[in-house]
Amino acid sequence: MNESEKDASLKELIQKPTHAIYRWLGDRIFMTVVVLLGSAIIMLAFGMAWVLYGEGSQALREFGFFQFLSGRTWDPAVQLQFGTWPFLFGTLVTSIIALAISLFPAIAVAVVSAEYAPKWLSNIIDNLVQLIAAVPSVVIGIWGIFVLAPWMRDAVYMPIFMWADVNAPGLLPILGSPIGYGMTTATIVLSLMIIPYTTALTKDAIESVPKEQREAARALGATRWEVIRMAVLPYARGGILAGAILSLGRAIGETMAVAMLIGNKNTLPFSIFGAGATMPSVIVNEFREAVESLHLSSLMLIGFYLFILALVVNLAAAYITRKYSITAGKVV
Amino acid sequence: MKTLRYRNIRDKVMESIIIISTVLVLLPLIIIIVHVVVHGISAINWEFFTEELGSPSRAIQGRPTGLVHTILGTVVVDFMALALAVPIGIGAGIMLSEYPDHVLNPTLRIMNDTLNGMPAILKGLFAFVLIVKPMGTFSGFAGAVALAFVMIPIIARTTESALMSIPWSLREAGLAIGLPRWRVVLSTVMPAAKTGLVTGILIGFARAAGEAAPLLFTSFGNNYLPNNWLGFIFEPVDTLPQRLYSLAISPYSEWHSMGWAAAIVLLLFVIVCFVGARLLTRKKFQTN
Repeated sequence: MNESEKDASLKELIQKPTHAIYRWLGDRIFMTVVVLLGSAIIMLAFGMAWVLYGEGSQALREFGFFQFLSGRTWDPAVQLQFGTWPFLFGTLVTSIIALAISLFPAIAVAVVSAEYAPKWLSNIIDNLVQLIAAVPSVVIGIWGIFVLAPWMRDAVYMPIFMWADVNAPGLLPILGSPIGYGMTTATIVLSLMIIPYTTALTKDAIESVPKEQREAARALGATRWEVIRMAVLPYARGGILAGAILSLGRAIGETMAVAMLIGNKNTLPFSIFGAGATMPSVIVNEFREAVESLHLSSLMLIGFYLFILALVVNLAAAYITRKYSITAGKVV
Repeated sequence: MKTLRYRNIRDKVMESIIIISTVLVLLPLIIIIVHVVVHGISAINWEFFTEELGSPSRAIQGRPTGLVHTILGTVVVDFMALALAVPIGIGAGIMLSEYPDHVLNPTLRIMNDTLNGMPAILKGLFAFVLIVKPMGTFSGFAGAVALAFVMIPIIARTTESALMSIPWSLREAGLAIGLPRWRVVLSTVMPAAKTGLVTGILIGFARAAGEAAPLLFTSFGNNYLPNNWLGFIFEPVDTLPQRLYSLAISPYSEWHSMGWAAAIVLLLFVIVCFVGARLLTRKKFQTN
């Protein structure tokens, strides 16, 4: 064995351990760091539920889970009596009606973009629809306060109210005072804001409908609408359903625009045009002013209930997305 | 059997209904943007970018007021949030895409989607309990943490899909020339997915920058510039969305027009991020 050969093998011997450390230890460290960062998200989600529950526990002990849920009085000033039913009611009514209003237009946009429009136009439509989701909700809120609400009051609420005043006085308490800020205004804005989520998932689903399905229907002599109605939409129903539920989740959690437009009234009954409140809106309006610890705790407990509601809706959407294996959400 | 004539008419009717619905969806967006631009441009002036807000009397008496403290506060809080969110979001994304067999992945995916679907206001409450309560004061840092909670799930999800879009053959090539796994991820997969990663971060950033609800209980708001730059981190800080909300619900008409000015700045910022993200994705598709 000559000198140089010895040198080389020695070098190899020396280098090998460092190399292994570089590989083995580097991989270990990298994986540990990555897993720690990933677990941070899991901890965040659990931590959120835990913290909201913990902070709301005082109110929970005071009123009980179901009594707080069904309690109709929200009185932070005199009796210190708290119940979340008015806000749960407001949240459910505004979100479900907003979903009902937005569902057909949202599907229509997806159909136009996927079936009718040429490529360039469909690109523009898609971008505009996603822009709706990107516009900050406070910007929509300020527009609602200074443009939409006054316009709705003058053009819609007042005429109907005047008409009812003369012809059907019995309707007046149901209609409520037409100040412009109230349930209807908030619901209309909400229905606009949640459209992108349904549209995105519906379009995904429509695009995944096999070409043969369409061609078969065309070959049978179906008109364009009949192809959509009979061959495309039934196939895409999973995506539509998942999108609708996702939209519902967004509507339930939408805070700022609703808080700015709903008028904020803490007692039932809510009326059609009159002021109301939702779970997020009451948190926004009262949290900064809450001094009593029971009041604060009650607001946190509303947050916990909101968490559960959003969790159920999101899990339902996730379940449907997986069941129909839709490529989930272009809109984030 | 329905006649062909009837079916053709129905076809045309449905087509027009669908197209009208589409226009009805897009019209409000255009109207909102036009209103914000028209009201905002007339309200914006040089003082808006150089003066602090001060008390309402300042605006009513016509003395110069502006939102310089708000704009600076927004920049500080947003970038602090980004600095907190990017490592966690990217890390989780790497875990989901590069270690697909990890036991925690199904849980992580569900929890990430859960976090993403949670109303932002709850993230504000969470950050309030986590940061504001122990610190004893509202602060820019608390606001940044709340916004980071908004960004993290978005970044994690887009990172995952960006990394997943890189073919496995690239990773195999890296491993075949003897690179350890972590080097494969850091030096081949991540650079290849760079555009996707940046797009995701932009989307998350834009989304968080528009959120007001989490900031109301964390960075709270402040009518004045802090005495030194540390005040942006450890004291109550003004941010654009939260200031816009306060201005809009205030009783002063001078503040309302400042609200419109804040709206146009915020909208412009979000649209720039949005268009940036779009252009990046388009470029990516062209090179492929």
